[in-house]
Amino acid sequence: MISRWIKSPFPKGVYYFSGNEAAAEGAIAAGCRFYAGYPITPSSEIMERMAVRLKEVGGIFIQMEDEIASISAIIGASWAGAKAMTATSGPGFSLMQESIGYAAFTETPCVIIDVQRAGPCTGQATRVGSGDIMQAKWGSHGDYQVIALSPWSVQEMYDLTLRGFNLSERYRVPTLVMSDEAIGHLRENLSIHSKVEIWDRKKKRGRPPFGTEEEGGVPPMPAFGEGERLLVTGSTHDAFGFRKTDDPEVHSRLVDRINQKILRNRTEITETEDYYLEDSERAMIAYGFTARTSLYVVHQLRKEGRKIGMLRLKTLWPFPEEAVTTLGKRVKKVIVPEMNLGQVAGEVKKFCACEVISLHQTNGEVIGPETIMEMLKKI
Amino acid sequence: MVRAMEKYIRTGVKATPFCPGCGHGILMNSILRALDELNMDMKKMLFVSGIGCAAWIPSPHFNGDTLHTLHGRALAFATGAKLYNPDLCVMVISGDGDLSSIGGNHLIHAARRNLDLKVVCANNMIYGMTGGQVASTTPKGFKSSTTGEGNPHRPFDLCKLVAAAGATYVARYSVTQPLALIQALKKAIRHVGFSFIEVLSPCPTQFGRRNLMDRPEEMIQDLLRRCISEEEAEGLAEKELSEKIITGEFEP
Ligand SMILES: Cc1ncc(C[n+]2csc(CCOP(=O)(O)OP(=O)(O)O)c2C)c(N)n1
Ligand SMILES: [Mg+2]
Repeated sequence: MISRWIKSPFPKGVYYFSGNEAAAEGAIAAGCRFYAGYPITPSSEIMERMAVRLKEVGGIFIQMEDEIASISAIIGASWAGAKAMTATSGPGFSLMQESIGYAAFTETPCVIIDVQRAGPCTGQATRVGSGDIMQAKWGSHGDYQVIALSPWSVQEMYDLTLRGFNLSERYRVPTLVMSDEAIGHLRENLSIHSKVEIWDRKKKRGRPPFGTEEEGGVPPMPAFGEGERLLVTGSTHDAFGFRKTDDPEVHSRLVDRINQKILRNRTEITETEDYYLEDSERAMIAYGFTARTSLYVVHQLRKEGRKIGMLRLKTLWPFPEEAVTTLGKRVKKVIVPEMNLGQVAGEVKKFCACEVISLHQTNGEVIGPETIMEMLKKI
Repeated sequence: MVRAMEKYIRTGVKATPFCPGCGHGILMNSILRALDELNMDMKKMLFVSGIGCAAWIPSPHFNGDTLHTLHGRALAFATGAKLYNPDLCVMVISGDGDLSSIGGNHLIHAARRNLDLKVVCANNMIYGMTGGQVASTTPKGFKSSTTGEGNPHRPFDLCKLVAAAGATYVARYSVTQPLALIQALKKAIRHVGFSFIEVLSPCPTQFGRRNLMDRPEEMIQDLLRRCISEEEAEGLAEKELSEKIITGEFEP
């Protein structure tokens, strides 16, 4: 399976875009030609731009009656051959969970952007939060995997949405772009290059669409209407899609495969960035908007000669275990600032041998540099 | 399943999973006969279903593309597939509970959009698969595993509901009226727009046995007695009418 390079559908250049606009453009560049959504702050600008852009590029846009319908429609469209996406925020993300499990179990490529806001419940609709990170991993019932990416800039809203589609197609897995209100509404420069790298789902006629002998392999995926007489079900199924709802062997094999195809390819999928880690005694692990503040703090402390660095997680799920484990061996203390009560800090603790300190804030505001400085002084 | 319809059955599929006396098998046969009489290309057919006994009518039996989805969501999945590939002939086959209770919101919105979907609602007036709990279609006074004293609520008139929401072909028949049902299915398939056929299908196992009709033929007799046309209904007094089921075409 290989990628191909295409001409960017949006003219090469530098634009002053919001994160949400950039995400829509990243989707169009990736080849997204179907969008179904339901309005919710702070994600609605993605849908509004998709409505305009899909019309221009000959795709399909539909505003559905709710988020359950939106995600279900994109799964239907994906099986009809589309690269498809929806975007939402907390309450809508909660409603989508059953269908996300369906997409994972039926190995349906699709992209969901969650522009996180301050939860729980309706919470603060226009305020920021990162409270959906664990929901992204565990939101639907049963054992399954998704891929979840975490952009920290307008540029990455574009880049990671594009990458999200590519990963989703390669691994036949729902891919989540875990953005937040601050990134979604931020405006800054976005560079669009002349060429874009694209991955497409592989097709092979007559091959079983739900099974492969390869360890960690991804079966080919035909579309409806191609004469393959597809049998797609969210019940436990064999390699050809036949329901096998009381066969322990078939069930464990399928659950194992949909998990292993992601976990075995973890190093291919996960991306992290190191800042000053070579000689650091302490390190922050950060993601999303908080990584911007954290890096600023690290820069300041470095000026004072402190040996502190940062590991930025661009991928949240599958969790970048290797990078975090390595860091935990290298430094004495790891500090994890985040806009929730320590969702990623808990995960970091699983893999770090050193002390892990969770710095959290859940007041609907981004964590400012002073706050992190304050917190760092206390420890 | 009679031999003539075998070519529409997926290779490897043997007996259906339905209970003795279940009407879903007759409905399955009727759908295939309608497709056969219209010479439909199974390679361009997409059958979408939700969860329930009725959702097993197309999946895995029919040898076109089949998408067996989540409880209540068949229409939303079907909307995505049909919009992206309008060349597909998309038929949604699911139960009364699936389409009108948990999926009720999708049902009225799909009807409102008048997207070209052919919806067949197998109405056994009960949640069959989960053990006979009351449904939004269980008639008032009838017993179920959750209404031992009789259902205190009124049922939906599904045809009126979808017609009011904007469906452009609407009909109701019982599996005891197979010829009329096949004609209606053919019309729905040819119709461009949202078509909805409510098909009354007996469930002796979960509905009949709690309502003094535990033998399959008793439920069939009951449907034969209760299903009347609009014309036949005209002269009837309200009391007589209340236990009847009006069948026929309501839209256009
Ligand atoms: C979200 C969800 N809730 C509940 C169920 C359990 N469930 C499975 S089938 C069913 C009822 C199906 O009834 P109907 O659609 O009328 O089909 P029938 O079995 O009567 O043909 C229910 C409630 C489920 N699968 N998913
Ligand atoms: Mg039912």
